Amino acid sequence: MSVNKDDVRRIATLARIAEPADRLDALTGELNGILDWVEQLNEVDVDGVEPMTSAAPMKLPMRTDEISDGGKREAVLKNAPRSDDGFFVVPKSVE
Amino acid sequence: MPLDTTDHSYVIPGATGDWEIVVGLEVHAQVKSNAKLFSGAATEFGAEPNTQVSLVDAGMPGMLPVINQRCVEQAVRTGLGLNAQINNFSRFDRKNYFYPDLPQGYQISQFAHPIVGEGEIECERDDGSTFVVGIERLHLEQDAGKSIHDLDPNATYVDLNRSGVALMEIVSRPHVRTPADAAAYVRTLRTIVRYLDTCGGDMEKGQMRADVNVSVCRPGQYEKFQETGSFEHLGTRCEIKNVNSLRFIMQAIEYEAKRQIDIIEDGGEIVQETRLFDANTGVTRSMRSKEEAHDYRYFPDPDLLPLELDQAWVDEIRVNLPELPAQKRKRFVEELGLSEYDASVLAADKDRADYFEAVLAGRDAKLAANWVNNELFGRLNKESLSITESPVSAEQLGGLVELIKDSTISGKIGKDVFEILWEEGGDPAEIVESRGLKQVTDTGAIERVIDDLIAANPEQAAQVKDKPKTMGWFVGQVMKAMQGKANPQAVNEILRKKLLD
Repeated sequence: MSVNKDDVRRIATLARIAEPADRLDALTGELNGILDWVEQLNEVDVDGVEPMTSAAPMKLPMRTDEISDGGKREAVLKNAPRSDDGFFVVPKSVE
Repeated sequence: MPLDTTDHSYVIPGATGDWEIVVGLEVHAQVKSNAKLFSGAATEFGAEPNTQVSLVDAGMPGMLPVINQRCVEQAVRTGLGLNAQINNFSRFDRKNYFYPDLPQGYQISQFAHPIVGEGEIECERDDGSTFVVGIERLHLEQDAGKSIHDLDPNATYVDLNRSGVALMEIVSRPHVRTPADAAAYVRTLRTIVRYLDTCGGDMEKGQMRADVNVSVCRPGQYEKFQETGSFEHLGTRCEIKNVNSLRFIMQAIEYEAKRQIDIIEDGGEIVQETRLFDANTGVTRSMRSKEEAHDYRYFPDPDLLPLELDQAWVDEIRVNLPELPAQKRKRFVEELGLSEYDASVLAADKDRADYFEAVLAGRDAKLAANWVNNELFGRLNKESLSITESPVSAEQLGGLVELIKDSTISGKIGKDVFEILWEEGGDPAEIVESRGLKQVTDTGAIERVIDDLIAANPEQAAQVKDKPKTMGWFVGQVMKAMQGKANPQAVNEILRKKLLD
């Protein structure tokens, strides 16, 4: 598996980071290096081996259905660049 | 009208021949729970913006999701109600996309391993006929927050109260063939989740919304699809997002089918895409900006272990399932002797069924059904009230039914008592007692009135022998003289004896 420059451009768009125009070639090379490296795992025969989902033998912890959080609007909005009347305010995002 | 109501088919005549439609639905049903799927914040509708948000829901770095057991239980219960396979092993995946009302940058959902697998439900149409729709899967996922676009001309306001609320996405097989059946399917689903108490089902509050997949094909193609299971026999589908009423579901399908037929008949090709239904104009339009975002790059959420269910726990939920609408309808017919129509109207809504069963409480079923279905529902409809807003309680109406059944009052007086209960309230037995509405079954008293009437109208009395129908006039006169309180059977019996024998 390998990626080309278009793939890298697309990944940048999906990740909402600026298109790395001047570093496209370098990044494509680096990413392919990583992919090649991971590719070596394909040499291991895992036929009949269940995928391991956790390193610790424990079950998913659950919470009871009780209201134990919320009511902290100030804290929630504190880092927002802009807020008004209890809402986050963001650039217009309507279709 | 392409809809043939006798065989429930929907054929659209085009310029190049007939067309049929194939519809599958993805219904998002909000799980009824106190707290959210992965946080302890409240789910209550209508709170002040951002007051029901934990730092988990706000997507703050370092916050970890902990699953709400009640939400899992609700999903299992719903799956059982859909006669579906419960998967004792399921897993959560991240669905990645950016949107202002999705602070995490991904939605926690179940992609590869849903909690509920295949099932099927029997849906009921308005005319009482039924059809079966296959369920492909049900999975748990987080809801997003809410974007409000009309508070500021240049900005979008975001409220995260809904962010992280648990949803069940219920995906149907493409088994729906008409717009009306699509609505009937969603209505049936709503009835089931309301019976199970796993979702409020209120579409106006967004507790249920549907993504509708529509494609068109030539007659005969769907049957080939059924035989082979291969989608190559069907047309390319378009998905209409977030339709939030039964009427809009039907309108959106009708519009979308015509749009696709026009494109194909003009020599064009349908492009698989996501579309929006505009309720104001009744048309669907493409959501182009969503296209690129459609690469969701699902992967298992590393913050969550797989969800493993204990079979004994699932069995316990199964044992405690309430009676579902289809079972209730059947029992009303078979055990209570109600008509199919009465049973269907009463079982169609949980609140109605509960009310009816409270009126019933060991009383005469047909009489109870009659009073609930005709008098009460008729009056509620007229005043645009729901059953839960009824000014007459089930206990009051039950008391009234009892008074009619044991002949304390006639059905006619019953209507007067109902009117009093509606307007003034009170205890039916007391009303009857204090206002002297008791039916006169004392045959002596009735006989005296009849004797007087015959004595005063000898010619009319003689006529009855030749024209038995004229006896009705006497019945009316007796009732009038006794202010409607005479027992009608007794009046008829005595009149017959005196005038015909």
